[in-house]
This record gives sequence, C-alpha cells and structure tokens, in this order.
Amino acid sequence: MKRSVLPPWYLAIPALVVGLGVLVPIGYLAVRAFDADPATLRALVLRPRNLELFVNTMTLATTVIAVSTLIALPLAWLTTSTDLRGRFVVTLLSILPLSIPGYVAGYALLGVGAPHGPLASIFGTSGPKLSGFVGAAAALVIYNFPLVFLHLRTAFASMDSSLTDAARSLGLTPGRAFLRVTLPQLGPAYLSSVLLVLLYVFGDFGVVSLMRFETFSYALYMQYIASLDRTYAAWLALMLLAITTTLVVVEFRLLRDVALERTGLGALPKSRPRRLGAWAAPAYLFIAVVALASVALPIWSILYWTGQRGAWTNMGELARSFVGSLSVSVPAALLATLLAVPLAYLTRRHKSALTHVLERSAYIGYATPALALALGWIVVVLHTAPWIYQTVALLILAYTVHFLAQAIGPVRAGLHVATPRIEEASRSLGLGAIATFRRVTLPILRPGLVAAAILVFLSCVKELPLTIILAPLDFETLALNMYSFTAEAMFAQAAPYALAIVLLSALLTSILFHRLGEDA
Amino acid sequence: MSLLRVENLFLRYRGQTRPAVDGVSFSVERGETFALLGPSGSGKTSTLRIIAGFERSERGSVALAERTIEGDGVFVAPEHRNIGFVFQEFALFPHLTVMENVMFGLHRLPRDERAARAMEILDRAQLGEYAGRYPRQLSGGQQQRVALARAMAPRPHVILMDEPFGSLDPDLREDARRKIRGVFRDHEMTAVFVTHDQTEALGFADRIGVMRDGRIEQVGTPEELYRQPRTRFVAAFIGGANILPGQGQGDCVMTAIGRVPVDRDATGDVTIALRPEHLQLDTPSDGVPAGKVLSRVFHGHDLTIRVAFTDTEITVWDDYRCPFRVGEAVLVRPREKGVVVE
Repeated sequence: MKRSVLPPWYLAIPALVVGLGVLVPIGYLAVRAFDADPATLRALVLRPRNLELFVNTMTLATTVIAVSTLIALPLAWLTTSTDLRGRFVVTLLSILPLSIPGYVAGYALLGVGAPHGPLASIFGTSGPKLSGFVGAAAALVIYNFPLVFLHLRTAFASMDSSLTDAARSLGLTPGRAFLRVTLPQLGPAYLSSVLLVLLYVFGDFGVVSLMRFETFSYALYMQYIASLDRTYAAWLALMLLAITTTLVVVEFRLLRDVALERTGLGALPKSRPRRLGAWAAPAYLFIAVVALASVALPIWSILYWTGQRGAWTNMGELARSFVGSLSVSVPAALLATLLAVPLAYLTRRHKSALTHVLERSAYIGYATPALALALGWIVVVLHTAPWIYQTVALLILAYTVHFLAQAIGPVRAGLHVATPRIEEASRSLGLGAIATFRRVTLPILRPGLVAAAILVFLSCVKELPLTIILAPLDFETLALNMYSFTAEAMFAQAAPYALAIVLLSALLTSILFHRLGEDA
Repeated sequence: MSLLRVENLFLRYRGQTRPAVDGVSFSVERGETFALLGPSGSGKTSTLRIIAGFERSERGSVALAERTIEGDGVFVAPEHRNIGFVFQEFALFPHLTVMENVMFGLHRLPRDERAARAMEILDRAQLGEYAGRYPRQLSGGQQQRVALARAMAPRPHVILMDEPFGSLDPDLREDARRKIRGVFRDHEMTAVFVTHDQTEALGFADRIGVMRDGRIEQVGTPEELYRQPRTRFVAAFIGGANILPGQGQGDCVMTAIGRVPVDRDATGDVTIALRPEHLQLDTPSDGVPAGKVLSRVFHGHDLTIRVAFTDTEITVWDDYRCPFRVGEAVLVRPREKGVVVE
C-alpha cells in the first residue's frame, strides 16, 4: 500500500536544484547554438568535418567495446566457471586497471615509447610511438575492460546452471549450450557494462587529446580554446549530446527487452566448475599477456619516469595540487551525498511523474559528456551570474551535478532496508519523526552514505575535462598538472602526479570493494 | 466500556475511486483477541494502520482506554498512542541487536532499568540466549517472537498484528500461535490482528470481524460465525458453504435439492447456506429431485463429492464409506437446518 502525496518541500527543493543544474545548462546550450543566422547555421551543421568527427567517435567507441569484450569475457568465464588455479589473483589483476584512469593510461603508453623512456633505455632507440587511433583505443581499453569484466563476472556467478543442464539434456553439445543458453543470459549485465563504456568513451577528453585523435570531445575543446566564437562549440556539444542520448535510449530499450527472470522455485544450483585440463596453459598465457599490457606496462612506465631527472624537483607544486584536488573533491562528494538522500528518498517513497523526472535529470547529468556540460554551465553563468565564473564554487557545483547519479545508487540500496515499516515500527514504539530519522533511518543509511561519498570523491579526483574548463586560472589539481606536463611531453615531471592518482584510486577502490563485499 | 472503540472509519487512497475502508466500526474488550478476517484488498490492514496512526481516517473516531485518539479534530501521533504494532515482515531494526530492538521502546524508563526489563521479556519469550544477535542471524519464528517482545515491552494498551503468521513456514504457524496465545493470556494482553486465513482466525481469536470491500459484514465468536452466518459471503468465507436460492415456506425452503428445513421463518425469494459437512448422500426415491455425481475425490478420512442438479452444483463432504460412484443418481439430504442469509 503506497501513499502518494506530494513530496514535502524540504525534499523537493534539493531535487529541483539538481534538475535545474542539469536541464538549464543544456537548454542554454541549445539557445546558444541557434544564435546565428540561418546561412551560418547551415554551414556549421553540414560541415563534412562533423561527419568525420562522428565516424571517428563511433569507430573509437565500437573498437573499445569490442576489444574490452574480447578480453573481459574469457577472463570472467575463467574466474567463475572453471577449475583454474589462482582465480582470486586473476580477478584482482583484472580489476586493478580500474585504478588507472584513461588519461593516465594514455600517459603511460606515450611515456613507454618516448625518447629517453623505458623502451629506449633498454633498446637504445625510442620505440614505436603509440598515438592516434590505436593509442587512444589502447588507453581506453585498459580502463574500460575491467568494467565489462565485473559485470560479466557477476552474471556468470549468479547464473542458473540448471538451464545449461536442461540444454545438454535436450541434446546440445557443451559448446552449443554455451552459445545458445549461457551467452544470452549474460545479455542484461553485458548491456549495462556497454552503456558505462560508451559514456566513458564519449565523455573522455584526456585520452583523445593526448593521443591527438579527433573525436567530438577533442574538437569541442579545440574550438572552445582556439576561437571566441562559441556557436560552433555549442553545436559540437549538442551533437555529442544527441549521439549519447540516442545510444542511451537504445540501450535502455534493449535492456528492457532482455530483462530475464528466473522461473521456478528453489535454491540456485551451484554449477560444477569446468575442468580446463590441457587448456590451462593457453589460459594462463592469455591472462599473462592481458596483465602485462594492462597492469605491468603502465606501472612500469610510471615508475620508470618517477626515477628520472626532474620528477621530484617541485614538491611544493605537488603538495599544492594535492590540496587543490582535496579542496574541490571533498566538498563535491559531501554535497552530492547530501543531495542524493532527498532524491533517493523521493523516488522510493513518493513515486510520481515529477520525482521520476528529477531522478532522471541526475542520470542525464551523469550521461552528459563533461565538456558539453561544462560549456553549458559557462554559457549560463556568463549570462546570469558572471561573478561566479572561474571560481572554485562553480567547479564544485559542476562536479556535484555531474557525479550525483553515482551517489544515488548506494543511498537507494540503504533505503531498500530502511523501509517505511521500519520507521513506523519506531513511531509505534514512541519515537517522533525526527528522533526516528536520527536513531533508525540514518544509522541504516550510514554505510551507503559513506560509499556514496567515496565514490563521488574518487570520480572528482580523477576528473579532467570539467576541471580544465571551469577551474580558476591559477588553480592546480593532480589531474590538471599531470595533464599539462604530459601534453608538453614532460614525462618525468608528470610521473609523480600519475603515481599519486593511481595510488589514491587503488586505495579508495579497494576500500569500496571491501565495503560492498561486506554488504553482500 | 470497551478498551478499544472504533467508529465509522473511512479511508480512500489518493487516485482510487473505491474507498479502502468504508464505515468500519467495532469494539474490543480488555484482554480479548480480536481478528479482522477478509480476503486481500478488503481493507483490514488499512483499518489496523488507522488505529495505529499510520493512516488518517477521513471521518469517524478511535478511542483507546477512554481517550479519543482520533476523531473530533483530534489526531494523536503514532508515538503517543501507546499501541504496539507487529508488522507482517516484522520490521526489526537491522542495525540493532535483539536486545537493543527490545530496549528501543523503553526510552521513557530510567536508563538502568531498561536492560533489566528487556532481558526479563526476552527470557520469558525464550530468547534470552539470542540477546546479542542481530535480526538477520535469527530464524523466521525467532524474528517474529522478537517483534512481539519489542511491541509488548513498553506495556501498550493494545497490540496490533498484521498477518502475524503470514511470513512463517506453515508447519511453524501452529506452534507460534500456541505460544503467543499463552503470552497474551499471561499478560491479559488485548490484541487485534489481521488475517486472510480463516483457520488462523477461528483458532486464534475470541471474536472475529469479517471484512469485505472496506466494510465489516459480521462480528461474532468463531462459533456464531460458523452457525449463523448473516451473509452468503460470510457463509462461504468461513468454513465454505453451498449457497442455494429457494422459495420460503415458513420453517422450510424449496430448493433445487428439495425441501430444506431452515433456522428461521422465511417467505418469498430467499437464499440459504448449506455446509458441505451438513449434507448426506442417499439413493433416489420418489418426490425428491435427484442429482448426478460429477466427481468424487478421496482424501482418506473423508470424500469431496460434487453433485450436479438442474442449474446448480452441490459440494458434499461424506465419510469414507460413501458407496456412490461418478455418474450415479443420488439424493442430497440435509442433516442440519439451512441458514437463511442475505
């Protein structure tokens, strides 16, 4: 029995702020885009260059998805469904690259073959230069295949093995049973992971700009930096937004169609692990190659450069940028978590068309490519409140809006436990509404709130495009400094920053996994 | 005066045309266990939630221990009603131990007395050894006893229970019912509970209010409801009954199966209820309409036989000796008087 009353104002206001923080910038972007005479507009929209950017963006995204799948699918199967020894270590190695954000992987790949780099120190001459399309795809795969791996692994682990048994009893060979029964069951999990990869690739700016591969993001940034005419930049942002939206909608449709449910009762039968036998050797070879390329190579490259001259000369700068990162990421994490509570509360307790739109707007904020969102914010701010332009406050706000969706999930999970019944139980035992929130709801939500804050903090520390565009002129963060050194091929100077980002990511990711593991 | 008096409650959920609770009135005496029995959607849980203060009735009133807690412009918040509530899914606080759950409602006691009181209650519920555990570490039956102990700890005027046995395994229910009956008797506890299961209501309650479509159709002791159902719904819902139309002829009614003596004088078009266990099969004879055996299901100690008459089918529970087979012609004879129902 659900009560459907209008949300109380104290829940509605933060939710509305979020809705405005996402929808208004996008709206302004559209207005700005049409702010030119028709002939110019036609010339802008119908440029052959747009088609080229579209093809580049799509090729990059498809390649990253395809390669990530080819790596993640065997790894997920090996670590869940076989008798492979050392499955835990293999799992760990497959998750580890999550601590290497795309632009850090890009740095590492560029750094390996650079003059006086690690390869040059061994072979005497600098190695093949990984850049352009191949370099961008490789760097993006390093960060993204673990996302696909995690989703597929969960799907494999929770798979109902009686289905495969049924297929076998109906006369299918193991191979055909895998193709016709097991693989289709992975559909929903795979599609969700593909969505994440798509959003990452579309939103990425660091990798494509370091690798000089022209996608919408890259072109958008160059346009913004190079010319004062913002109309074409706004158009590029809108086109990027349009592609993203289309693909997200298609994804959601697909996901809805493939939603699978288990029929029948009883405990999930545990499947017997497949014996690898002689196939163990090629399996280990495959794992070794993946681990070398995705873990060993980046870390070797970073560590090598930290040992070079110039790496640790400016400790003051390193400290300043660390404090800079904290000073924007911590408030954004707290603010996002604070806003996520009423949003999650509204959508769970007060289901209505309005609350649905508000929650969706948080997800739109997440799906909107960061550069497009940043540009939208700038257009809005310059138009309405120029005094906030180039302030730390604006950067914090932008982070919050962009990453809020990440905080909603853990809070929602907490509210799943803190049901209205639980709160009513407290009321009937003599506690008022406020005391109930303090003594029952909040303690149950606390683990979720902590997880949400860590998640958003981690994303903010790694964030690059929003920071580049919105940060005050002389503001320094770890990501900003690392990017500018790399862009100027100062690999040694960039190395400490890369190391700091990787270590921070690894630390926080492991804390998160630990917490989530405890809940499960 | 009754301990709990509920009058003319009315509740309509937003966006629904039909009210969930539509003029419900009943009263409960001190020490009594009262059941609200009805199919799902009949408004019984909503009624319980109004009494607890979780929902607000649009009109009518609720009085508890000679104090109006709802109605006439009064609305006492749930935390000030002194009513214990046991939820269907128990709603134990997952972040607190069993002991802390039970102590939760004792915040008005001095600090040093809370633990002693909670421990005493847990011991009596045979849960003492689980005091330090968390709810998820307990079985369903134990969780239910904790939920009850938690609700009873602050010594409420009345305990409300929403489908208290609904989430237990069927084979645990009988045992749980017996234990709770004992606890209620020992504490002279007044309780109102909601159930859709007639055997549960018949076996557990002193009195039952049968609900349908937001209204109470009849209130009575289990035996009254069985012997004198007022409506065909009550007759069919409690114990099951054949509902037959007929022509009243004073102390008997002419029906498809023949002449049936009834419990009170009836004339004109009437409806009567006949319980399957009050019927008997016999070989056909002149002057009494015969039916044909449609199906015969053997349960061991008894049999369910369906007999087809013109325009109607009758269910009869006969004992293991029943000689009639499918397709044979039979008479159906009432062994008890039929009940005239609305």
